[in-house]
Amino acid sequence: MKTDERKENMQPLLKVENLMKSYTKWKLTGQPEQVRAVEGVSFSVCRGNTLVLVGESGSGKSTLAFCLACLERPTSGSIWFEGTDILKLSEKDRRVVRRQIQLIFQDPASSLNPRWTVMEIVTEPLVLQGSLSRAEMTSRVHALLDQVDLSSDVEEKLPSELSGGQRQRVAIARALTLEPKLLILDEALSALDCSVQAQIANLLVELQDSLAMSYVFISHDFAMAAHLADEIAVMSHGRIVEQGSAGKILKEPKSTVTRELLDAVPLMSFSHQAPEF
Amino acid sequence: MPYFLHRLRHAVFLILGVSLLAFLFTTLTPGNYFDEMRLNPQIAPETVAALRTQYELDRPMPIRYVHWVLSVLHGNLGFSFAYNGPVAPLLIVRARNTLLLTVTAMLLAWGIALPLGIWSADHLERLPDRVVSWGTAALLVIPDLSLALGLLVLAVKSGKFPTGGMVSLNFESLSFLGKAYDLLSHMALPVVALVLSILPLLVRHARAAMAEALDAPFLLAAEGHGIPRRALLYRYALPAAANPLISLFGFSIGTLLSGSLLIEVVMSWPGLGPFLLEAILARDLYVVIGGVLLSTLFLVGGNFLADLLLLWADPRIRMESKD
Repeated sequence: MKTDERKENMQPLLKVENLMKSYTKWKLTGQPEQVRAVEGVSFSVCRGNTLVLVGESGSGKSTLAFCLACLERPTSGSIWFEGTDILKLSEKDRRVVRRQIQLIFQDPASSLNPRWTVMEIVTEPLVLQGSLSRAEMTSRVHALLDQVDLSSDVEEKLPSELSGGQRQRVAIARALTLEPKLLILDEALSALDCSVQAQIANLLVELQDSLAMSYVFISHDFAMAAHLADEIAVMSHGRIVEQGSAGKILKEPKSTVTRELLDAVPLMSFSHQAPEF
Repeated sequence: MPYFLHRLRHAVFLILGVSLLAFLFTTLTPGNYFDEMRLNPQIAPETVAALRTQYELDRPMPIRYVHWVLSVLHGNLGFSFAYNGPVAPLLIVRARNTLLLTVTAMLLAWGIALPLGIWSADHLERLPDRVVSWGTAALLVIPDLSLALGLLVLAVKSGKFPTGGMVSLNFESLSFLGKAYDLLSHMALPVVALVLSILPLLVRHARAAMAEALDAPFLLAAEGHGIPRRALLYRYALPAAANPLISLFGFSIGTLLSGSLLIEVVMSWPGLGPFLLEAILARDLYVVIGGVLLSTLFLVGGNFLADLLLLWADPRIRMESKD
């Protein structure tokens, strides 16, 4: 029993092997040109851990996020989720698995349906199940809103009536509705004010502790990476140039890209005073 | 509710403004209906002068305008010199014939354009979409006039369709079904010409609006929740794409009276087109102004309807209009 448990903990929740994504761009002359956004990326995420993918803009982070969330189909490679390669599943089976991998977008203003109330938005993923009564739905929504520290009087409001932080909380609540095992956060904090960023980051940490979710956190901001990460992978031009435990990378950055990104963080020089992890 | 009052006030001012300008422009153009008579040696100058006085053409413009507005308020649109009778009944018959044509064409065009645009956006940048894009571009390039003339050529060559008019000469002697068939066969060509002339614009708008909606992050989020494609298209993307299409719908109602003028003239359909053309050439003042006023009413009405539909379709607008 005990060994089984340990074995399950040892097996990574998500394992990405040699993932590639290229787009065909048509030149004006009519010739196709392959643009490689992600070039052979491999990494794994353990249960309850956070991997932060850091990289400058255009390094393929968001493409990678979309591939992980099954919104884009990778050109080659494999994505193992709980031991099954989700790219080899049929469309129908993948729809079941992808519900356990939820993506939080950068801009909550556009990722929430502007015509729906918070209630409708948060229950939307449940509609497919179709078995819940109205009362059950309401109590479920209240529980979810409570989980993201929103009071239940926002439920009749439209997204345009909420603040940026509230909107991102609603987006998180909507993702939690499906009880996902993996949350992919694509620059989920960068559209928010600084103080709100910290609040949402703390909320994410709390939720991870209580729900044992894994995070793949995509960011260009090393300061946030230092706050959240168990592991850090640094991306540049579609490849991972450096990866390892957060403490190690922050203390002893090996690649020049990592050093440049670290230097871009204002007032934080990790080589002199490493934060505690 | 203030929203309605605001819109209504807006509409009234618009109609007043348009009537004033129409009156001004038609009066300021040199010459009037009775000038031709002056050239006719058989009509005495005194008779022409008497006619001019009778129809108030010798009085200053502002007084005539005020008289006209007062009579419109009493339900009288003025007097046609050419037909020697009140304008309103004449206009109503012609407008009815025009509406028969344009309403049919508009319904058909929207009925084709919406599914085609959705389908095209669903297959964005792939073969079906490219075919639709090229097809609509080709239709846009062909002028309406050559489209109508081409159809007439086809009708003459095939001999299957009547080449003009609204009904056959023996219309009154036909049975009910016979009448319906006769009318439909006369309508076929102008309706096809109208549909082909408005279709490309509608398809392109529908495609663009849907493509934009399908690209929105909240749609990707829904896809991530495992919502099937059909539901994504109709329950998510279509409402999100609705606003520009509703505005376009209001606008297309506005063009119901004026959109088919050219095709009516070319295909000799007894609608407003040939009627107004004649009236303009003859300087039949009140007929022209009446026609312009009726078109304006449709434009204002169409926009008002679009506003109501937007209010119904978009909770954000409903929220704003409460304040």
